[in-house]
Amino acid sequence: MNTKNAIQVENLTKTFGAFTAVNNISFHVGKGEVFGFLGANGAGKTTAMKMLIGILKPSSGNALVANFDIATQADSVKKSIGYMSQRFSLYNDLTIKENITFFGGIYGLNKADIKTKTHALIDDLGLHDEANKLVGALPLGWKQKVAFSVSLLHDPQIIFLDEPTGGVDPITRRQFWEMIYREADKGKTIFVTTHYMDEAEYCNRVSIMVEGKIEALDTPKNLKTTYNADSMDQVFLKLARNLA
Amino acid sequence: MKRFIGFIQKEFYHILRDRRSLFILFGMPIAQVLLFGFAITNEINNVDIAILDHSKDATTKEIIAKIAASEYFSIKQIIPNEAAIEPAFKKGHIKAVLNFEKDFSKKLITENKATLQILTDATDPNTANTISNYTSSILKNYQQDLNKAAQTSYKIEPKVRLAFNPELKSVFMFVPGVMTVILMLVSAMMTSISITREKELGTMEILLVSPLKPFQVIIGKVVPYILLAVVNAVVIILLSLFVFKMPVEGSLFLLGAESILFIINALSLGILISTLARTQQTAMMVSLMGLMLPVILLSGFIFPISSMPLPLQIISNIIPAKWFIIIIKGIMLKGVGLDFIWKETLILIGMTLFFIAISIKKYKIRLE
Repeated sequence: MNTKNAIQVENLTKTFGAFTAVNNISFHVGKGEVFGFLGANGAGKTTAMKMLIGILKPSSGNALVANFDIATQADSVKKSIGYMSQRFSLYNDLTIKENITFFGGIYGLNKADIKTKTHALIDDLGLHDEANKLVGALPLGWKQKVAFSVSLLHDPQIIFLDEPTGGVDPITRRQFWEMIYREADKGKTIFVTTHYMDEAEYCNRVSIMVEGKIEALDTPKNLKTTYNADSMDQVFLKLARNLA
Repeated sequence: MKRFIGFIQKEFYHILRDRRSLFILFGMPIAQVLLFGFAITNEINNVDIAILDHSKDATTKEIIAKIAASEYFSIKQIIPNEAAIEPAFKKGHIKAVLNFEKDFSKKLITENKATLQILTDATDPNTANTISNYTSSILKNYQQDLNKAAQTSYKIEPKVRLAFNPELKSVFMFVPGVMTVILMLVSAMMTSISITREKELGTMEILLVSPLKPFQVIIGKVVPYILLAVVNAVVIILLSLFVFKMPVEGSLFLLGAESILFIINALSLGILISTLARTQQTAMMVSLMGLMLPVILLSGFIFPISSMPLPLQIISNIIPAKWFIIIIKGIMLKGVGLDFIWKETLILIGMTLFFIAISIKKYKIRLE
């Protein structure tokens, strides 16, 4: 397989009994790329992502994430990736500092590192006054920013974001994407799922999953040309309708 | 190891910041021990007793026949001498020993007075009390018949002696039960809730994506509750020692070891529940209905198992708490060693391994 890519997926399939959630998908994500992984609810996005982050075993096919095989080297995969879930990733009854200490700890960071990173993170986000407050008391947008920063603590090469901006206001979404770009500029690979089609336009390339298969994969610009659409929203609708 | 300490620290933050769980953890044990410090009465029938007859004459045979005929007692064993009394009690089969003094008939005729010692196992004070009352009244009955026939005043003197719990305090019976309930509650219910909470909030996923292994996550979640359950066991024992002046006759070390075994048993049940339940509510309901009720009603904590209908007696065998209550009553009140409770201990160990095995199987299935 091509080892230049951050993620290399070949014929990946996941079945649950008679139901095929992910049907023979193949794609790759280059290093430093912002890759949008789109699809309607139930299209198989989350199942595919769970296989890539090493918590679900594929039924067949294989995939390399950071050059580690997801089926046989899940432990190494886990060390090389950051993950932030659509559901909230931090503990509400812990303060920001305690969350950072905890997650830093389980990724094996030492005390000195955790201290430096905590300061840096709080400086970056301008959260000096809130550092010792319970996370549950923060507005959602801030929580998501903190959660994103926490998923970067162990300096992963690839960051998986599962609908990171769900329920967040447009301004905060914009700021969130600025954070994503900053990380991409540092050479990190971003793999992001989203419901918001305007966000799809921010990605270098997007794939659109329909009923377990990847039906389209290209840059947003090329997709719009191919499907003769003004926006990604239209591309998505056309794809979904054609297949319905 | 460092990761592990961080994990446990985080678990303690969760517990200490949640008033509800704090109350369950520390308020309940104290409240329950104090509440159950007061007695609840219950009835007996067909209690197994043993006879120690030093005279073996006509009178004692008549009295024994009368007792055997009553519906309250069934004679299980004939004991040869005094030395055999204690082992008979410790085996746990019999609840009382009737000890007829030497030359019972002769004394009754020559001195108009003979003595019968009633020894009861008062680890179960209500039963002990009832046994001595019932025996005394059977004797009185016999004495009246005798006097009517002979026109003289023969007197049989029942001397009641309560073994193991001489002050007949029912609190002594309830402390082991309360300890069992609390340890079950803290260990099984609190762990199953805390694990399902991570599932519900989605943080379990984050933990599984981290380099921590699934079993490390589970152990990390469970260890704080082992510590808290041990603290609770110590608090309950201290309360019973100093507030209720309850003795611990047997080895404290053995008591501690058996308690830890039971805690691990309850924790494995908690883990099992959390692998099956998706939400905190389900975990709580399953723990309450599936664990707490049987522990309170069927373990022999409040109602003697021997007085239950047969089907319930059979069901009571699958309740770990039943065996633990036998063990701690034995250690605290009778002062027995492992040689008397090895069977119950083995049963608890077996159950624990069984629960852990199923949990591991279920857990793997969930991750596939």
